[in-house]
Amino acid sequence: MQKQAIFQSRLLPYALVAPQLAIVLLFFYWPALQAVIQSFLLQDAFGLSTSFVWFENYLDLFREPAYFEAILRTFFFSFAIAVSSLSFALLLAVMADKPLRGSMLYRTLLIWPYAVAPPVVGVLWIFMLHPSLGIIARYLRAIGIDWNPLLDGDQAATLIILAAAWKQISYNFLFFLAGLQSIPRSVLEAAAIDGARPMRRFWTVTFPLLSPTIFFLLVVNIVYAFFDTFGIIDTMTRGGPGKSTETLVYKVYSDGLLGGNLGSSAAQSVILMVMVIVLTGIQFRFVERKVTY
Amino acid sequence: MVEEEGFRRYVAHIILWIGIAIVAFPVYIAFIASTQDNALIANGQMSLLPGGHFFETYYQTIFVGTSGSTREPVGNMMLNSLVMALLIAIGKIAISIISAYAIVYFRFPFRMPIFWIIFITLMLPVEVRIYPTYKIVADLHMLDSYAGLALPLIASATATLLFRQFFMTVPDELLEASRIDGAGPLRFFWDTLLPLSRTNMAALFVILFILGWNQYLWPLLITTRDDMQTIQVGIRKMITTTDALTEWPIVMATAVLAMLPPVFVVVAMQKLFVRGLVETEK
Repeated sequence: MQKQAIFQSRLLPYALVAPQLAIVLLFFYWPALQAVIQSFLLQDAFGLSTSFVWFENYLDLFREPAYFEAILRTFFFSFAIAVSSLSFALLLAVMADKPLRGSMLYRTLLIWPYAVAPPVVGVLWIFMLHPSLGIIARYLRAIGIDWNPLLDGDQAATLIILAAAWKQISYNFLFFLAGLQSIPRSVLEAAAIDGARPMRRFWTVTFPLLSPTIFFLLVVNIVYAFFDTFGIIDTMTRGGPGKSTETLVYKVYSDGLLGGNLGSSAAQSVILMVMVIVLTGIQFRFVERKVTY
Repeated sequence: MVEEEGFRRYVAHIILWIGIAIVAFPVYIAFIASTQDNALIANGQMSLLPGGHFFETYYQTIFVGTSGSTREPVGNMMLNSLVMALLIAIGKIAISIISAYAIVYFRFPFRMPIFWIIFITLMLPVEVRIYPTYKIVADLHMLDSYAGLALPLIASATATLLFRQFFMTVPDELLEASRIDGAGPLRFFWDTLLPLSRTNMAALFVILFILGWNQYLWPLLITTRDDMQTIQVGIRKMITTTDALTEWPIVMATAVLAMLPPVFVVVAMQKLFVRGLVETEK
């Protein structure tokens, strides 16, 4: 698709793209290239000499059981966060889609958590579920649960998943509501005339018509769980106890910064880059986009 | 009309209110905690009703900061966050609207390669290039500066795509008309295209401001001086000391203050927010 009416100028267009191009090359491509190069290098313990080691950093990673565990954990977190947040948001969206009094108010009251930053989400949730002073932890202990996410890895993971899913409810709700509102009323009315009860109407008409939205949100939620949970994890558990809440992104951060293992951290970055490319590819290939090239 | 019996309607109202309660509960607790006495909270005896320390806590938070862990007034952190968020939002809109203009309204060698170079950055989020980017910013002596906080996050393929989409829908007659009036490319951009893009820019600004305000990993890496940290980084540093020393009312007041600007933007500019969100994702 091209414009028919255009301007003629030799230098102006370059001047107009120059700022964007400069930033993109300096802060996106150059670092990405550096990460790829770095991933083939090995530094000695004192950072004095560097040698080219081919795929050694990658092979080391794949020999390390902790890396596989981090991969599995990240996928499990993504799945758990996506499923819990999507199903709760869908329930709320279906309810808010009904012709109710005050539906605009409901929408306002449900979408604002989108604006809460991940580290703040982490702080809010650790405060409620803190083993010694958390207000919910108090009740959990009262009903006989030995609650201590600072020591128990599974409980820490549960906490991360809950907090991350909570933040994502509003986003999912908004897109589900838009999806529901774009379903033609006539289709639902036809099903009603055929005698389908509301539950049946939902599963046989609404849900299938909503599947593009569901798929789109699934991809978005997975990307969210991969990258945006960093702030939540960093404020709540710092990847601990042990390594029970260390996701792939968190591992890049902690291996590079705290461990000082830049080669391994770079190799992990490159693997993450490949994963992002695959996810973005899926999004473009299967999700209807309005972008035309 | 699809029938909705009264009973089902009641159920819907109840489920929605439960949803709202779940969504609001953590924030309510944070607010309550920020008005109570630290000793009470540390003993796990916090009440579910507001306490009497509201003014005292918020005054200390905004103008003094915690006494132990950060020693930086949260008011200053908010200022840093605000500057960063504004730089990111305005910077992104400015550089992507002019590059989209060039790509749509001019024919020049390497036009499509340049478009693709910008487009592919969608696949390079800051998390996958943190250390090399950090090194570049350090080499440019931009650690602990607003430029260092904002510049690496300022390029945006999404915004460029959005403006490109929008420019494609602008009728060609407008350009021809302004050309007859003797307007050159810059004049057409300034007098015709910019006013038409106002709503798009506003919707984008709302989203980009929220995303900018909420940045965490990048400021965490490149700010070392206390007076340069953003509120998101500051709040984490407040809870890093051993539990017994954490000043919870101040932490919670900081959480409330960190939420206030972006939540206000969402609620006050809801239409623009929804529009921006839907458009940036498509």
